Amino acid sequence: MSPNLALSLVAGVLVACGVYLLTERSLSRILMGVIVMGNGVNMLFLVAAGPAGNPSFVGRGNPEDQIDPLPQAMVLTAIVINMAVAAFVMTMAYRSFQLFGHDEVQDDREDARIRALAEKDQVSTTFEEARFQDTGEDMVSE
Amino acid sequence: MNNLLPLPVLLPMFGAALTLIVGRRPRLQRLISITVLVAVVVVVAGLALTAHREGTQTLWFGAWPGTAGIALVADRLSALMLLVAALVTLGVLVFSGGQDEEEIRQETPVSIFHPTFLLLCSGVSNAFLAGDLFNLFVGFEILLFASYVLLTMGATRPRIRAASIYVVVNLVSSALFLILLATVYSATGTVNLAQLSQRIPGLPDDTQVMLQALMLTIFGLKAAIFPLQAWLPDSYPTAPAPVTAVFAGLLTKVGIYAILRTQTLLFPHRPLTEVLLVLAALSMLVGIFGAIAQSELKRMLSFTLVSHIGYMLLGIALGSVDGLAATIYYTSHHITIQTTLFLVVALVGRVAGSTSLERVSGLVAVSPLLATLFFIPAMNLSGIPPFSGFIGKIGLVQASLEYGGVWGWTLVAVAMLTSLLTLYAIAKAWNRAFWGEPELVTPEQDGDDLVPGKLPPVMVGATIGMIALTVLLTLAAGPLYDYCQQAAIALTDGDYARAVLEGR
Repeated sequence: MSPNLALSLVAGVLVACGVYLLTERSLSRILMGVIVMGNGVNMLFLVAAGPAGNPSFVGRGNPEDQIDPLPQAMVLTAIVINMAVAAFVMTMAYRSFQLFGHDEVQDDREDARIRALAEKDQVSTTFEEARFQDTGEDMVSE
Repeated sequence: MNNLLPLPVLLPMFGAALTLIVGRRPRLQRLISITVLVAVVVVVAGLALTAHREGTQTLWFGAWPGTAGIALVADRLSALMLLVAALVTLGVLVFSGGQDEEEIRQETPVSIFHPTFLLLCSGVSNAFLAGDLFNLFVGFEILLFASYVLLTMGATRPRIRAASIYVVVNLVSSALFLILLATVYSATGTVNLAQLSQRIPGLPDDTQVMLQALMLTIFGLKAAIFPLQAWLPDSYPTAPAPVTAVFAGLLTKVGIYAILRTQTLLFPHRPLTEVLLVLAALSMLVGIFGAIAQSELKRMLSFTLVSHIGYMLLGIALGSVDGLAATIYYTSHHITIQTTLFLVVALVGRVAGSTSLERVSGLVAVSPLLATLFFIPAMNLSGIPPFSGFIGKIGLVQASLEYGGVWGWTLVAVAMLTSLLTLYAIAKAWNRAFWGEPELVTPEQDGDDLVPGKLPPVMVGATIGMIALTVLLTLAAGPLYDYCQQAAIALTDGDYARAVLEGR
């Protein structure tokens, strides 16, 4: 089976766009990225299904001319899952907007705290008697 | 042909539907969930016994000719994983039943906790039973979606923050999984694992390596193997206590199971052994150094989780029967022990008001019972004889010595060092939280603190039950290790493909 070059290229471009969007911080851009990337991946299943053919129903024409139905079943499942993902990420982005006023994925505070200690070359707070003083300033890069 | 096979997937799914219907009656919900999970435990115990006595069980769905349909397969490995998973989820569910009305409103506020939890169990069972890659994908998606909902339960600030990281990471891994499926299907024309094990060796070498690397990336992300582990300690600790416990115990092990299954079945010549050995060593070291730096119990445990995933990967990388047997034993040990420790830490939070090591001390004086509950699984985790952690580690060390050479000795050294450092991290936590002058937290207005209180008997009972299970793994180590040994032999001698494709 020789794969379809045009479909592969389209899939490649879509996945590349999706990856670019996924590296953004804003959840709504990530959502776009997921959708675009999902479509690109679905294209790959069309490549896997081989050349176009007749619908695969029993008794409709010669089985030799029918297209492989299995990748289509997989694509259907993937599309449904993608829809659910889109719904969930959208809800999460909205809730994040409600709580923080923006929908950006944030750094972990605890992580930032320990990193700040490391930069100041201090030992961990649980080590001997050195205690961390909370200066009240926000360590999280906004 | 065994019609018991779909039950571990179907029972929790029906249970989820039922508990969703009776969402307004929490007692009835609890009753249904516990009944369902007890039934699952009984079924999978039966499955494990059958798989052990009569060999691998297979069920092909529908009357599809040849291998077009979906197959569920339970060999010794799947059956053991299913059994441990069912016991652990049951323990956690009983534990969550100990929350009083007030706490249910705060921690797991909505009626969807039970349905989602049961769906998670169903997804985990499906992943363990899947006989083809696509069904494995579906199992992963079921458990991931349930985990997204469980992680954002109540949608508070820290949970939304933590969940956005978790969700995005897992979306990437799902997309990669789909790419893998499309690639595998175009290369071989099937996604059935047994058939793949016959067709993949015929592919060109570079295609094989690409498929293997893709699989390792996808499952490594779920299992939190270095360098794909950074999401885990950021996202787990904020969830409600029972949720963190079951996530930490089970979800990463599903990834380990997938690696174990695909590596042994599809790539029996182990072309990437050295890469896996390096990753195993780095996971152990990076995880445990992270754990030492933490000043919060839940985060510390999350980091030790990453480090101990390294042990399991080590056994898989070695690939010998001894290595695989030790990995299987260690995985069942680690599922129970990690869940138990998170449950105990939840109890610490209830007694002291916080799980931060900077703000709590002297718990031995406050609650000797709690100190005992922490001490036993903590010693087990750090591999102190005679507990099961020690037995698993000894198995892995022996397998590395058998492998020999520079690699073998280096890995033995790394494994020993990690074990010692785990003991150090645990001892440090013990010193801080349990010894010294009693000091409990005065809750802050807007913090995550709980009001220091008493231990609810149901929760203590569930935790004691889980500890009893970990001790049982130690007491029954002889027969259990034999079982793991046979499971490992079956993994390496092509029994899976024979059993699945028999008569097809």
